[in-house]
Amino acid sequence: MRYIEQEKVVRRMNGRMVVNRIFQGLFMFATALALLALVILLYRIVSQGAGHLSLDFLTNFASRFPEQAGIKAALVGSIWLMAVVAPTSILLGVGSAIYLEEYAKKGRITTFIQMNISNLAGVPSVVFGLLGLTIFVRAMALGNSILAAGFTMSLLILPVIIVAAQEAIRSVPGELRDASYGMGATKWQTIVRIILPAAIPGILTGSILALSRAIGETAPLIVVGIPVIIQFLPEGVMDTFTALPMQIYDWSSRPQAEFQTVAAAGIIVLMVVLLFMNSIAVFIRNKFDKSY
Amino acid sequence: MRTSVQELIAKSKDKKSKKIIEKLIPILLFLIASVSVLTTIGIVLTLIIETVTFFTRVPLSDFILGTTWLPFANSGAQFGIWPLIVGTLKITGIAIIVAVPIGISAAIYLSEYASDNVRRIVKPVLEVLAGVPTIVYGFFALTFVTPVLQSFFPEIKIFNAISPGIVVGIMIIPMIASLSEDAMSSVPKSIRDGALAMGSTKFEVAWKITVPAALSGIIASVVLGLSRAIGETMIVSLAAGSTPKFDGDFTGSIQTMTAYIVQVSKGDAGYGTTIYYSIYAVGFTLFLFTMAMNILAGYMSKRFREEY
Repeated sequence: MRYIEQEKVVRRMNGRMVVNRIFQGLFMFATALALLALVILLYRIVSQGAGHLSLDFLTNFASRFPEQAGIKAALVGSIWLMAVVAPTSILLGVGSAIYLEEYAKKGRITTFIQMNISNLAGVPSVVFGLLGLTIFVRAMALGNSILAAGFTMSLLILPVIIVAAQEAIRSVPGELRDASYGMGATKWQTIVRIILPAAIPGILTGSILALSRAIGETAPLIVVGIPVIIQFLPEGVMDTFTALPMQIYDWSSRPQAEFQTVAAAGIIVLMVVLLFMNSIAVFIRNKFDKSY
Repeated sequence: MRTSVQELIAKSKDKKSKKIIEKLIPILLFLIASVSVLTTIGIVLTLIIETVTFFTRVPLSDFILGTTWLPFANSGAQFGIWPLIVGTLKITGIAIIVAVPIGISAAIYLSEYASDNVRRIVKPVLEVLAGVPTIVYGFFALTFVTPVLQSFFPEIKIFNAISPGIVVGIMIIPMIASLSEDAMSSVPKSIRDGALAMGSTKFEVAWKITVPAALSGIIASVVLGLSRAIGETMIVSLAAGSTPKFDGDFTGSIQTMTAYIVQVSKGDAGYGTTIYYSIYAVGFTLFLFTMAMNILAGYMSKRFREEY
């Protein structure tokens, strides 16, 4: 008795190969579809908004007339917002990561903090807005200021920065640590002089990616009560302001078709800012990527 | 003046400030690390306290059982949460129908079929897709997807559930694809090689070996995608309208929980009004939904993980 019937195998093999081909095509098609969505999205926005882009668009304030509407207040506001979010979130994020990786003893509390961080990352941004509205805007009486919005955004991206910084710190090899201790350095000296310098590319890359998420977030700003039409530039962190995504949201939700062009132009500016931040992140990753 | 190394060491050991720093730093860092825990406590307390105030004005049973959401009525405002939940589920349902087949297919393609070169190009592009701000997706839904849908199905209104649902789906594709791909890549190559050596085609390996072995990770990625879709705000605020409805209509204006919060925040609902407190009650409901999803995803990926 033969275990394998040659003809049957040959006959079925063709069918199986065809099925394999068909599904390979389907899987490839699905992947292409996702990429196509991105291409259409970018093409639509560039073709709609490019015509409205000009130096005036960058230097004009918002206006009731679409042809005069500019993005100056929003662009400057977003930069102010980043000036609060970047130091706050990076300080809190890196501090937490150092504590969790270097000081915390493995135990219930550490596991709890870790679990808490990953759950916090899944909380919708609009809920962070409610937190900011209650704590920063009302309880701490910061009002619709850059500081209130900045603190809210910092908490929103904090989990992302903590996780990125933890990974960067964890990837510093143990020998470097041991060598530093062997030379008589204290724990803090080792952290500041050995571990952080080695981990900084990873920390910066993760932080910039997190910040670029904060710059595109709209929902928390709306809930915190950031106004849209602003005809002046903020002069300090206690001033009120508007931001790029707020301005885009306002233009998109207007019924006049002309404002859609303005919104598209605003989106181009936002995307260019994001692209710029991402390329810095990629540059840092490639330039300082040391493999031990 | 020359100092010997011993003297230097002795000198530095004498420094009290250094010892104090070594003691203080861990405490300071612990305080910083507790900010994330305080944030969670802050969110939960804020939501609970303001929601309780809301329930002193609107009975809990009306909120949970009511099927009419009419907060802005001058007299007899009604706060039944179900229309907002139904709106949220409509969007989430369409998003999942779009994102799950495409996301998982892309993951299978990337982990089983694609060459290294293709992977090196496709994965960063998917990352870009994941990094596009949601306001941009909202604009895309309103100004492109809706008109395109309308040209095929004229009965679709400007504000509807289908267009934002599809776009929310596009938004979560990268998340489902990359998390599923991670799960599939962690299936050991030796198992695949064994199946290939037995004469399996690549599709049979993917379908009978990789996908079942990575199933917990794949399901977890879908549940996380669900949670993201439920919490998505800007796409639905721009493109889905603001009509809370308790029915099965997808072609007309609807409202989700998130969109309601935005609608109230945008307007001038004064501090202390029932409407003001209602956004916390809705926010709390939303928080419970996403929290349940996140915990479920964590449980799935732990409970059913196959160890190799």
